[in-house]
Amino acid sequence: MSPGHYLALSAILFTIGALGVLVRRNAIVVFMCIELMLNATNLAFVSFSRMHGNLDGQIIAFFVMVVAAAEVVVGLAIIMTIFRTRRSSSVDDVNLLKY
Amino acid sequence: MTSHVSAALAPGGDIPAPHIEYGQIMPILLVLGVAVAGVLVEAFVGRTWRYTVQVPLAFLGLAGGFAWTIVLGLRDETHAVAAEGALGVDGPTLFLQGTILILALVSLLLIADRGTGSFAAQAAALPGSEAEQRTTAAGIIQTEVFPLLMFAVGGMLIFPASNDLLTMFVGLEVMSLPLYLLCGLARRRRLLSQEAAVKYFLLGSFSSAFFLYGIALLYGYAGSVKLGDIAAEAGRDAGSETLLLGGIALLALGLLFKLGAVPFHMWKPDVYQGAPTPITALMASCTLVSAFGAMLRVFFVAFENLTWEWRPAMWGVSIITMIAGAVIAITQTDIKRMLAYSSIAHAGFLLTGVIATSREGLSSTLFYLAAYGFTTVGAFAVVTTVRDAGGEAGHLSRWAGLGKRSPLIAGVFAFFLLAFAGIPLTSGFTGKFAVFKAAVEADATPLVVVGVISSAIAAFFYVRVIVVMFFSEPEADGPTVVVSPATAAAVVLGLAATVVLGVLPQPVLDLAGHAATQMFVR
Repeated sequence: MSPGHYLALSAILFTIGALGVLVRRNAIVVFMCIELMLNATNLAFVSFSRMHGNLDGQIIAFFVMVVAAAEVVVGLAIIMTIFRTRRSSSVDDVNLLKY
Repeated sequence: MTSHVSAALAPGGDIPAPHIEYGQIMPILLVLGVAVAGVLVEAFVGRTWRYTVQVPLAFLGLAGGFAWTIVLGLRDETHAVAAEGALGVDGPTLFLQGTILILALVSLLLIADRGTGSFAAQAAALPGSEAEQRTTAAGIIQTEVFPLLMFAVGGMLIFPASNDLLTMFVGLEVMSLPLYLLCGLARRRRLLSQEAAVKYFLLGSFSSAFFLYGIALLYGYAGSVKLGDIAAEAGRDAGSETLLLGGIALLALGLLFKLGAVPFHMWKPDVYQGAPTPITALMASCTLVSAFGAMLRVFFVAFENLTWEWRPAMWGVSIITMIAGAVIAITQTDIKRMLAYSSIAHAGFLLTGVIATSREGLSSTLFYLAAYGFTTVGAFAVVTTVRDAGGEAGHLSRWAGLGKRSPLIAGVFAFFLLAFAGIPLTSGFTGKFAVFKAAVEADATPLVVVGVISSAIAAFFYVRVIVVMFFSEPEADGPTVVVSPATAAAVVLGLAATVVLGVLPQPVLDLAGHAATQMFVR
């Protein structure tokens, strides 16, 4: 398989993630879709790294993993807090602030 | 693949240690160091002492960083890259970092103010629960706010200084993650505050995923994430244009989200309204300065040869941002929400300076950012002082007749609103005049016409608030004005800067012009 196939897969995964963020209702699932987008980006970085023959992309992928882990910590804390307050993690229920 | 890996290592298998210019990046290191020390204070200092240790620590960190930035600015040689090319230390960066640090100091006055008590005693306690009542009654003050603030400010310093896109992404996340948490820590109206945190978090990480994919595409195009390398590759006009244009679009999306430009502004009113007001002041000033700094660096360095590609789109974004911000603000009834839409409109005005892509555009944007930052911090400081039984009186109708109840506070707020509107003799006028002049010189006259029209629309709702404050009768059970010394100091600093930059703008204009002479390092 050529690196182009991996790039196509990465674009497909990224699109699935973005669509998931837009259509899913559970905050945790929305968050998982964002993580899917970040991992799709990692795949793109590694494929481009292979195509260019330098290591930058692979190193960036490590940084992205670390950032994604930090984001999970903060995100789950925030989602947990609002779940305990409202007994719901649906993003449709957070509707006090509008207009 | 193995051949690439072994080729990247030095012959002996040793990895050479990177050379770091510690002196040049000291402001960033100092702020992040204080943040780490703040975490240790949380762990090892008793609860009764934490506040008295954390506040001076944070203050010293920010003031020390600011002093160091001035020392760096006074040297002759202010045009260098540090940390193996990862960070640029140049005129615009030092100006932006100094602005961020001084605005963070003013916001710290609001955040550290115990009199207003903006933060929940314990964020983990459920709103309305027994645990919450117990912690509030015990007079516990949350001090995790200070290390979180310092981490956020550290990220804000890295974001506009980063000379490659990876550092920029890390800076973006170091800035954003603490801010997501800080938004959810309000003491009163906690449901709104938590909702603001969830919305900011989900939308913020959604946009940073796009930002990251933009970086991946640009890496695919240029084979490097250094801004200078991307510019060189684009200058050669080689490689896949699809990757380049897709990369610019996605990167711009991530940056425009942080600025709150329409159509990526949806988070801004909700988050500004729900977050504790001192944090709103921090976001409205420092985050905006930082995000514009990164925007300027990316578009002035990496995409400087591609102005024909990105300018038309940026024109559109700037026009709808100015108009939508001004028009939607008219219908607002909450004071913080109205200021949020005003901030969106100002992001549009600032974008005209970016579109100018000239030295004048850069220096005028720098000046506008400093002027607007001080005014907005002062305005939010005033918002924290007008209080009723349930905390801050957010609804505009509650501000009716404030001019009769407290002429001083109402007068100061009216002055800030006139500065937002851009009335002469305020800093708002000087800033707007500077960016519009730069835009006209760069053949963007239609943009300036739209800018002036939307300024006029915006003046309508600023004046409406002044009319409500001064020309209507106060309610019998209206809000009271409680001014504690720290908040008063923040208001006075904001007011002084707004007056000085309006009446005697030349020294700061010269400073911004001097900072912009050599443009960005690459």
